[in-house]
Amino acid sequence: MRARVLIRPKAGILDPQGEAVQRALPALGFEGVANVHVGRLVELDVQDAGQLESMCEKLLANPLVEDYEIVLADS
Amino acid sequence: MRRFGCPQMKFGVLRFPGTCDELDALYAARRVGDAELLWHGERDLKGADAIVVPGGFSYGDYLRAGAIARFSPVMESVISFAEDGGLVLGICNGFQVLCEAHLLPGALLPNANLRFTFRQVDLEVVQSETAFTCACAASGDVITGGEAMAGGDSRVGGDSRVGGHLTLSIPAKHSWGRYHADEPTLAAMDENGQIVLRYAPGENFNGSTHDIAGVRNERGNVFGLMPHPEHAVDELSGSTDGLCIFASMRLAVESARV
Repeated sequence: MRARVLIRPKAGILDPQGEAVQRALPALGFEGVANVHVGRLVELDVQDAGQLESMCEKLLANPLVEDYEIVLADS
Repeated sequence: MRRFGCPQMKFGVLRFPGTCDELDALYAARRVGDAELLWHGERDLKGADAIVVPGGFSYGDYLRAGAIARFSPVMESVISFAEDGGLVLGICNGFQVLCEAHLLPGALLPNANLRFTFRQVDLEVVQSETAFTCACAASGDVITGGEAMAGGDSRVGGDSRVGGHLTLSIPAKHSWGRYHADEPTLAAMDENGQIVLRYAPGENFNGSTHDIAGVRNERGNVFGLMPHPEHAVDELSGSTDGLCIFASMRLAVESARV
C-alpha cells in the first residue's frame, strides 16, 4: 500500500524557511498569503501500514520539533 | 570508568559517508594523545578512551542532519560506550548526531538567518569544571604532543573574559545550528549545569535558544557544540582556543585512571 507522510515543524517553533517563502510570494505579486510553513514529504510503499507510526517516531520525523501526518493511499 | 592498557590516551574519531572534518579532529586529538579513525560500518571502537563525532554532512544531511548516522553500527557501540560513562564529544554534525541519538537533550534546527554562516565566534564558558572544559582557563601554557600534563598548571586557552566568564574564540561553520529544547527541558538543564557554552553577546547568528552553543548530558560524559574546536588548535588559523577541549578530555580520562 502506498503511504504519504507529511512532516511539519511544530507550531510555536521559528520556521525561517516558511517565513522566507511568505516574504517571497508578495514580491511575485501574490497577496493575502499568511501562515506559511515548509515541511517534508516522504512517500513509500509499505506492507504493514501499522508500522508507519513507529517509522515516523524513530526516523522519518524528529518528534521533539516536528509533527507528522500519515496519509494512506485509499483514504 | 574504564580500564586502560596503555599510558597514552586514545581518541576514536568517527567517519561517516559525508563527514568532512574528521581529519582536523584527528590532528587536533593527536596534539594531546593518540587518535584513530573509526569507520561508520564497524562496531569496534579499537580501545578508544574517548570518542569524537566530527563535523560534516554525514549521509548528506538527508532527511535531517544526523538522523541516519545515528543508526550506524559504530554509533551502536558509541551509545553503549556513553551509557558506560565513556567520554563522547560531538562537533557540529556530531552534535546533531548525538541529539538525534538522544545522548544529548534538544535538537538542532535551521539557522534563523537562513544562511550557511562561517565565522569566528566568541563563546562563553559557562561551566568550566566539565570533562570538556576543565583545562580551559587563562594561561600561557600550551600542551603539545606527548608532554605530560602537570596537575592544575596544565590549562590552555584564551585570556579574554566576558562578564566574568572565560571566552574561547572558535570558528562556527553551519546552516543548521539553532539549538532548541522545550521550556521544561531547558529549566532542568539550567539547574543541572548542562549548559556549558553560550554565544557571547552579539555572536548568536543562528538564533539558538538562550544563546546556547554547547551542552552536556546530565551525567557529564557526553558533550556537543556547534562551533569547531578542531579548527582552532594552531596559530596558523588565528586561535588555539579549541585545543583546551581536547586537553580537558585527556585530563578527565587520566584522572579517572588513578
